[in-house]
Amino acid sequence: MTIGSLIEAPSEFTDSSSGKSAIVLMTRIRLARNLAGHPFPGWAKPSEREKVLESCRSVLISTPLLKRGLSVGVDELGELERRILVERHLISRELSGSKQGSGVVISKDQTVSVMINEEDHLRIQMMRGGFQLKKVWGAINELDSLLEDSFDFAFSPSLGYLTACPTNLGTAMRASAMMHLPALVIASQMEKVVRAVNQLGMVVRGLFGEGSDASGSIFQISNQTTLGESEEEILKRLSGVLQSIIEHELNARARLLESDSGKLFDKIGRAFGILQNGHVLSSNEAMNLLSLIRLGVDLGIFPEARRCVTDRLFIEAQPGHLQYAQKAEVDAGQRDLLRADRLRSEFANFPRPDFSLSANGKN
Amino acid sequence: MANPIKCDICSKPATVHLTQILDNKVHKIDLCEECAQEKGVTDPSGFSLADLLLKASLNPEATAGGMRCEQCGFTPVDFKKLGRFGCPACYIAFKGILDPMLDGMHKGVVHAGKVPQRAIERRSLHERLSKLEGDLSEAIKAERYEDAARCRDEINQVRQAVEQKPQRQER
Ligand SMILES: [Zn+2]
Ligand SMILES: [Zn+2]
Repeated sequence: MTIGSLIEAPSEFTDSSSGKSAIVLMTRIRLARNLAGHPFPGWAKPSEREKVLESCRSVLISTPLLKRGLSVGVDELGELERRILVERHLISRELSGSKQGSGVVISKDQTVSVMINEEDHLRIQMMRGGFQLKKVWGAINELDSLLEDSFDFAFSPSLGYLTACPTNLGTAMRASAMMHLPALVIASQMEKVVRAVNQLGMVVRGLFGEGSDASGSIFQISNQTTLGESEEEILKRLSGVLQSIIEHELNARARLLESDSGKLFDKIGRAFGILQNGHVLSSNEAMNLLSLIRLGVDLGIFPEARRCVTDRLFIEAQPGHLQYAQKAEVDAGQRDLLRADRLRSEFANFPRPDFSLSANGKN
Repeated sequence: MANPIKCDICSKPATVHLTQILDNKVHKIDLCEECAQEKGVTDPSGFSLADLLLKASLNPEATAGGMRCEQCGFTPVDFKKLGRFGCPACYIAFKGILDPMLDGMHKGVVHAGKVPQRAIERRSLHERLSKLEGDLSEAIKAERYEDAARCRDEINQVRQAVEQKPQRQER
């Protein structure tokens, strides 16, 4: 598979059919693994990096899950191609800016990606739409065990999997959920949530922006610690935290509808108007408008079948995707025009909001 | 502002102040604009507070001594600079620096998760095999033919075990 055909193909993110849910957009688990007896990538000589890259690429591309996917060195990718992979969460920003001797292998359906010579020799990652921690863990655990047949992973009985940074020791697992929390943002409760979640040893990050006012109200919640607990225990704890955030978001929505439905409907109605008619839209503004439309879907104001449109546009309105579609690098001002064009045409045939339905909105 | 708070990394005046509570311990970090930029505090995907706390927690004395990882040549000074180790063997070489650092960083200090069982078994079989092959050639040299025959039998057994190994045995 080539990078071009990968970009054109539907991804887990942009695909409409996979189990989308109202609040958890995506579940993701990442495992860090290193090869015993080899220096970590940040300390390895260029020739050592190349050797590790070559041997990892050839093993990975022959495993069943990755067989028909893309295997590519970072230096073979153009600037825009790298950006697209970052925007789709298939590679990290760190890898996209890395020097020679690093690469990535991505499955055809773009649910699995393995970064080679990022901070660790291997960063194995698996994503699924919706809230699916158990399923993703089952699948990535199996892939990891399969890779044991080909690699001797650096491991210590007392410290677990040995990673370049001690913050990843032990399970070397980072599990996360991407959550859409518009009501908590509107009600200015995100800061409180971030604090509470931190206290429980979990980390909250804005996905497209920063801190408690992330654009699009999309947040990534993940475990911070990796040593001293089993994978199952970490996932159980994370799952409990996610469940309670979902409850808080649902409560915040109920309260908004009860106390201030006029204001909430006004926001959603205006978002619809701007998306249908705007001519200049920054990335940040577009994310926030799309977030309101998505909330409208949750409340029954727009049909459920349109949820996939907002989820796809969250990614496709990003700068890399916009420029790739245009087949050129375009400056930020020009991009805002392009983005508005794109959104106007996507929303031209979008059903009008129906505010009478909201009382029996789902969830 | 007589006595401004200093950046934990470079000691310039700090303008970015972060707090995190982990296992009921409050961790604070203060950074100047530049270090905050460089550490990706403004980059939501690349920033890890735990990471910064880790570097700030390394005291200068611990990094002084002439320690060095024999496998990869890494020194504690390199760690202070990079915040990462050089190779897996560094975890043995720098145990003295690591242990206090791990205290409070995670839920515990002993691994409780997955073990790469198949790889470990394979490695121990391979080690057993190379030892037996050494024994065998010694026995032949010393003309201890009974010992040699026994070694050969064992080698065959171990070889078989190595070849059977890839059977799936999840948990
Ligand atoms: Zn500084
Ligand atoms: Zn070392």
